[in-house]
Amino acid sequence: MLKYFGSRLLTFIPTFLGVTLISFAFIRVLPGDPIIVMAGERGLTDERYQELTEQFGFDLPIYVQFWDYFTGVLQGDLGNSFVTKRPVWDEFFALFPATLELSLCAMIFAVLLGLPAGVIAAVNRGKFFDRALMSTALVGYSMPIFWWALLLIIVFSGNLQWTPVSGRIDLTYYFPNATGFMLIDSLASGQQGAFLSALRHLLLPTIVLGTIPLAVIARQTRSAMLEVLGEDYIRTARAKGLAPGRINGIHALRNALIPVVTVIGLSVGTLLAGAILTETIFSWPGIGKWMVDSIFRRDYPVVQGGLLMIAVIVMLVNLTVDVLYGVINPKIRKR
Amino acid sequence: MKLKSYLAAGATALALCAGSASAQALVYCSEGSPEGFDPALYTAGTTFDASSHPIYNRLTEFKVGTTEVIPGLAESWEVSDDGMTVTFKLRQGVKFHSNDSFTPTRDFNADDVIFSFDRQGNPDHPFHTVSGGTWEYYGGMSMPELVKSIEKVDDYTVQFNLTRPEAPFIANMAMDFASIVSAEYAEAMMDAGTPEMVNQAPIGTGPFKFQAYQKDAVIRYLRNDDYWGEPAKVEALIFAITPDASVRYQKVQAGECHVMAYPNPADIEEMKSNEDIVVMEQEGLNVGYLAYNTTMPPYDNPKVRKALNMAIDKQAIIDVVFQGSGQIAKNPIPPTMWSYNDSIEDDPYDPEAAKAMLAEEGVTDLNMKIWAMPVQRPYNPNARRMAELMQEDFAKIGVTVEIVSYEWGEYLSRSRALDRDGAILLGWTGDNGDPDNFLAVLLGCDGRENSNRAQWCHEPFEELIQKAKVLPTQAERAPLYEEAQVIFKEQAPWATIAHSVVYMTMRPEVDGYVVHPLGGHIFNQVGLSN
Repeated sequence: MLKYFGSRLLTFIPTFLGVTLISFAFIRVLPGDPIIVMAGERGLTDERYQELTEQFGFDLPIYVQFWDYFTGVLQGDLGNSFVTKRPVWDEFFALFPATLELSLCAMIFAVLLGLPAGVIAAVNRGKFFDRALMSTALVGYSMPIFWWALLLIIVFSGNLQWTPVSGRIDLTYYFPNATGFMLIDSLASGQQGAFLSALRHLLLPTIVLGTIPLAVIARQTRSAMLEVLGEDYIRTARAKGLAPGRINGIHALRNALIPVVTVIGLSVGTLLAGAILTETIFSWPGIGKWMVDSIFRRDYPVVQGGLLMIAVIVMLVNLTVDVLYGVINPKIRKR
Repeated sequence: MKLKSYLAAGATALALCAGSASAQALVYCSEGSPEGFDPALYTAGTTFDASSHPIYNRLTEFKVGTTEVIPGLAESWEVSDDGMTVTFKLRQGVKFHSNDSFTPTRDFNADDVIFSFDRQGNPDHPFHTVSGGTWEYYGGMSMPELVKSIEKVDDYTVQFNLTRPEAPFIANMAMDFASIVSAEYAEAMMDAGTPEMVNQAPIGTGPFKFQAYQKDAVIRYLRNDDYWGEPAKVEALIFAITPDASVRYQKVQAGECHVMAYPNPADIEEMKSNEDIVVMEQEGLNVGYLAYNTTMPPYDNPKVRKALNMAIDKQAIIDVVFQGSGQIAKNPIPPTMWSYNDSIEDDPYDPEAAKAMLAEEGVTDLNMKIWAMPVQRPYNPNARRMAELMQEDFAKIGVTVEIVSYEWGEYLSRSRALDRDGAILLGWTGDNGDPDNFLAVLLGCDGRENSNRAQWCHEPFEELIQKAKVLPTQAERAPLYEEAQVIFKEQAPWATIAHSVVYMTMRPEVDGYVVHPLGGHIFNQVGLSN
């Protein structure tokens, strides 16, 4: 197992190098000069332009710029944002917990509903339940997030007033953000009702962000289950009179989980990087909006640093998924 | 330390809950995060709303709701006869805020004024490079060339020595970049090795004290009870950062915020019919225009430019592009600005006459490019659509239009070129309420190949604005600017398209809000009634 883990870890290095280079190159390939964008309609004199070019180090050859960036990265320095002038590292860690909290909740929501839905659909293949669940999944998968979010807000926050419109917690609560995870911080604050308020604020964004992964997981679980249910050993299990619940829940599901775990792993990556719309609508202070804003402003350090951090996290998630394969299926780790 | 901040936080929360009956906390749904809290470092209005307006003061101030300049931290000022020195008498007994790591030992004085400007203008100043300072606005307002030196005459008198007489200088001093920061705080933070705290945990003299900021989520302020001016009406001010306009509107309706910025133009009608919502409006201090390249034939001929202007159906543009949240512009400066010449007649919309005029000038089969910005700006919510409408208008007089667009940075830099082909859509939002800030920056000879996108340099016009720049009083300057607008209209270097209308949406219990023509959102005078 250790060897398996080690070999997975080794593939990390070239990927990391590649990502560093690509994230550095990506933003520079886009047209648009950050200094000109910063000056806006006002414009600036040639001398001033020259001065700023030197200040930002754009006058250096590109390989020197890359080398400076790369050695910075190795020392844990991602540079300072052109716009806010603050370290990219600090900004990332101020915002990332919000994204992580929302993504985890969305994932839990998707898995808790998606797995049983997939299993039920597979077991009832071709029947009403199957059709109903899978058409709902298709609708969920095709739903434009923006529209879906506004619909939920108008119905549940506007008309019914069950949930708050946006934000992470009611503004009357105020406590220092020790961990950045609102659920934990609100509990730790000991303020009455704070935790509940945080939970209520999480509800709609969780549903919105979890809808697509939910649909994907349900469909994936169904097809993996169907495949496994046709295997000989399942027939054997049935023949020897095992209870259907035990066959489906233990023998079939465990083997069907491999492709499902892959999908979950991939979805986590998408969630972390792709929560931008959900974050924007629900005024959720995460990294999605931060990244998109920085691309428009040509804020090189934020774009390259943010991309790198997201890539590293996705790589870590994939590593975890690889290790999980080994746990689920002993055959894989012995290969 | 941690326990202390928890206790303080708890106490604030209690105070807010307890105070809700008397409505003590004003919640403003803002459109985005500030870049930081030291206004001199930045140029965005969102940043100024969160920093210079609540936290700081300036030597002079704009009277809220007008572009009139009134005393601020300077009680009075005197301009020498030659216009080359400006002496400010400072207000005494003004207290700076305090926070966990800093308590001021002295009141505001001349040292703070000198520090606030010297750090921007003097490259050798220890604070010049702190927080990656590029001092865009200071440079943008030509302050480095204008200010020769700043002298402390005594603790409460500061003298600015200028390189040339410049009437708008007093208004510049009321701009956000001229906010006065505490020299004592800056030194303390420098000594502690954390000079960037001046930007992150701001200390000012303004009506609100900074309390906390969580990026992209919330900014909290408390009333400054030691404020030198009229104290703020609410105990706490909270900015709930809400980037989506539809969501902001939902939040106002649900009572999660009291005031919101920048409603969707499409929602205005519904808002106006909603009894629980108050909508205020005012013309923005901006102008959207189409600038011809006046150095290139046939656009070097004023009659050709005039003819093209007459072919544009501006009302259609206001209806379609601005969805009503704009008004037709006839002058290069907005109507809320002093010296606006209302007697000027706009070019009539008359395609037939326009066609005849072009034929008279021998212009046939004209192919022109119209540049359309790729971004949404206050003075032009949809440049592409605007260009398409113009394309149709020009087709009616036999002019074929090709619409071109580039990425925003490219657009700005390429459009500066002297040999730029065709006409460009762009606009401007005023900085200091002074006509010079429009007419000289956008149409003066010095602005060519830069902010003067028409590349226009017309001697009679230039003479007027240069003369007006150095005259000491508004009364003397206004007639010159009014005349300059007449010349502008005759020469037509631009087609003036529109001034946007700025809307503010709030709940009925909000009391005393005034829409500010310079675009800021200001809350010291705002209260909440039950």
